[in-house]
Amino acid sequence: MGTYILRRVLQMIPVLLGATFLIFAMVFALPGDPLAGKCGERPCPAAYAAAFEEKYNLNDPLPIQYGKYIGNLAQGDFGETYNGIKVSEQLKERYPVTAKLALMAILIETIIGIIAGVLTGIRKGGFLDNLVLVSTLVVISIPIFVIGGLAQYFLGVKWGLFPVTVTSGEATVYQLLLPAIVLGSLSVAYVARLTRTNLVENLRSDYVRTAIAKGLTKRRAIGLHALRNSLIPVITFIGFDFGALLGGAIVTESIFNIPGVGGYIFRSIRSRDGASVVGAVTVLVLVYLVVNLIVDLLYGLLDPRISHD
Amino acid sequence: MRGTTRTVAVAAMSAVALLAAGCGGGSSDDNTTPAEGQAGGEITVFGCNPQNPLVPQNTGETCGGDVLDQVFSKLVHYDADTAKPENDQAESIETEDNQNFTIKVKQGIKFHDGTELKAKNFVDAWNYAAYGPNGMYNGYFFEPVEGFGDLQCTGDGDDPCAGDGKPSAETLTGLAVVDDYTFTVKTTEKVSNLPVRLGYTAFAALPDAFFADPEAFGDKPIGTGPYKLDAWNKEQSIVLSKNADYAGDWAGKVDKITFKIYQEVDPAYNDVLANNLDIVTSIPASALIDDKYKSDLPERNAQKETGVIQTITFAPTKVDPNYADPKVRAAISMAIDRETINQQIFNNTRVPATGWVSPVVDGYKADQCGENCVYDPEKAKALLDEAGGFKGDKITLSYNADGGHKEWTEATCNSIKQALGVDCVATGVVDFATFRAQIGDEKMKGMFRTGWQMDYPSIENFLAPLLKTGASSNDGNYSNPEFDKLLDQAAAATDEAEANSLYQQAEALLAADMPQIPMYYGKTTMGWSDKVTGVKITAFGTVDYTQVSLK
Repeated sequence: MGTYILRRVLQMIPVLLGATFLIFAMVFALPGDPLAGKCGERPCPAAYAAAFEEKYNLNDPLPIQYGKYIGNLAQGDFGETYNGIKVSEQLKERYPVTAKLALMAILIETIIGIIAGVLTGIRKGGFLDNLVLVSTLVVISIPIFVIGGLAQYFLGVKWGLFPVTVTSGEATVYQLLLPAIVLGSLSVAYVARLTRTNLVENLRSDYVRTAIAKGLTKRRAIGLHALRNSLIPVITFIGFDFGALLGGAIVTESIFNIPGVGGYIFRSIRSRDGASVVGAVTVLVLVYLVVNLIVDLLYGLLDPRISHD
Repeated sequence: MRGTTRTVAVAAMSAVALLAAGCGGGSSDDNTTPAEGQAGGEITVFGCNPQNPLVPQNTGETCGGDVLDQVFSKLVHYDADTAKPENDQAESIETEDNQNFTIKVKQGIKFHDGTELKAKNFVDAWNYAAYGPNGMYNGYFFEPVEGFGDLQCTGDGDDPCAGDGKPSAETLTGLAVVDDYTFTVKTTEKVSNLPVRLGYTAFAALPDAFFADPEAFGDKPIGTGPYKLDAWNKEQSIVLSKNADYAGDWAGKVDKITFKIYQEVDPAYNDVLANNLDIVTSIPASALIDDKYKSDLPERNAQKETGVIQTITFAPTKVDPNYADPKVRAAISMAIDRETINQQIFNNTRVPATGWVSPVVDGYKADQCGENCVYDPEKAKALLDEAGGFKGDKITLSYNADGGHKEWTEATCNSIKQALGVDCVATGVVDFATFRAQIGDEKMKGMFRTGWQMDYPSIENFLAPLLKTGASSNDGNYSNPEFDKLLDQAAAATDEAEANSLYQQAEALLAADMPQIPMYYGKTTMGWSDKVTGVKITAFGTVDYTQVSLK
């Protein structure tokens, strides 16, 4: 187990380096000039442009720009955005907010999703099953900006149950609750359906029948044997979803004006702000790798046949 | 996402020349809320991310400009209603020949750090701004001052300021301190409207603290304005509090203004509906439909014309010769049904243009474009036939696809297609940066959308930077010696009325050449919460903070 973890951690280094270079090159390859949009409808004054290009090394060829960037990164310097704001400070402020939001969303989707999945899985074809199937179908088919916009308008603006926007960096759990529910709603549907399908599948399998034949109560047979095996694909999905929620909550972030990472990356890409994109995505890649490692370790716990030695 | 909100939304709409202050003149629909209410208290206002450190000489967009406007007073203040420049920090600005100006500064004005404002604060700040290697965004405003050329980098390549490219001088020869409160300005050529320009942020004075540590200053600027900056929490909020020592005529009523930074206007609008935010300085498209904002915010909204113009520019003739004939250009202009497009696409949030100059400025004359800007499909078709038809296979109208321009450009093209019987295609370019790069590199053919937001309220600002031969924002490479000559004469005129009349004559020449098709004048719409009263819009589309108060 120890060597396995060590090996996985060592593998992260080339992945990280490769990812940063690829992202850097992609931002570099985008058409247009970071300056062209900065000065409105007029060309930037020559002196301003020269100082700007000098400051951000825009005149260097790609490998040198990347070398300078990695050199600074190795010393913990993430560089500056084109607005002259330190990227590291932005990341420090934004990641906690985003992580909090993503964790709350994950918690909501895990708890509600798995409970709904189990309840529907053991009574296949019942009223609850149909209700969950139909309601998850509805949630899956409505785009998130509609759910978010409606939730904000009715629950926030009209009835005043939740704060309308977040805006501040020290977002409270209460402020983030509505966005987290919106963000988690889509995944709840997936988790519920994934759990249900797998549980139904496993309940029919030989080992469950054997367990029940041995005299195990139905509750133990489902809870201990069937559910554990059924959760493997669910855990995989949740692990992947956590990464996706960190960087991909763009729509929810913009509706509720949450100072998070998703919108930050999106805007940075639009303004060709390489330092911001690479900085934010590097951290994201790191989170992805760690979460995947945790998911892989969890497999072993859920199913002892999957061994890491 | 609609982008880096206002930067792209506004930037995309028009030049992000800084909105400096107020100016009326334009009609305002329901822009009168009686100024009652109590003094003191605090308000929150929609804000966006400043693009540069908060130094007036380096800020050219509204996000930083709205804040700097309150922190820095200038020599001249533009009246919120009439746009008339009035002396603020200046005791007097005198000239006899429009070339040598003597400026006297009022005594006893104090910066927020307690130091007194003196003549050298202006001279130092202006020299710093004009000096090429400092790379100040607003440096070009000092071009008219004598000696500007010697402060610019002359080298080529990556760093024009390195080695031999270093400027030969560090200070403008045209600026001289006479005594503590007097300095003189000498311009290279005659500039009749220099005093009008001095209200722009670029001309603000800087305290000694700036020169000691420019970087720290950019984080926490120090001016002499009615409000001082307490804190700039990056990407979250900017907090201003009342300057107790302010002795000028334009003090604010509230004690504290917090600019809450939003990435989008939609959530800000919802916050105003829920009374979580006091003023939103624009209305999202979703609330403009059927004037929804008027029922959402009854008696709590206002609209006013601002110094913004939207135009369509023709590619330079050497890039695309198909549009060279002025008759073709006029025919296209006549084929556009501006009124209907304004109603259907913009929900009447614009005003169809009848010339190249915004109605809010001094010197505006209506109908300068004449019948060329009046929708008349028959005449348009006849004019095109007279010119021998359109030579290319189709007319193109390019726009940046990230700025919400798809609908109106397509509607414009449909209008042209129906009237002229020539195919017209609205072509989206992926984003604003790429769009501007293609125009700058002269690779854009056909027609493309352009816009302009005034720097200072003068008719000159709508003509010289956009259409004079070789001007910095002359995207269509328009060149007309007669037009240039009239602009030069107007700049030399000592009488304001005479100058305006010469500028108007120059503008009238444009109707014959049609270098740009005037489309719309801009309007700003604002909404506010239950808690505030007295919200008024200046012609620069900013909030007039001398009037806003809590109920």
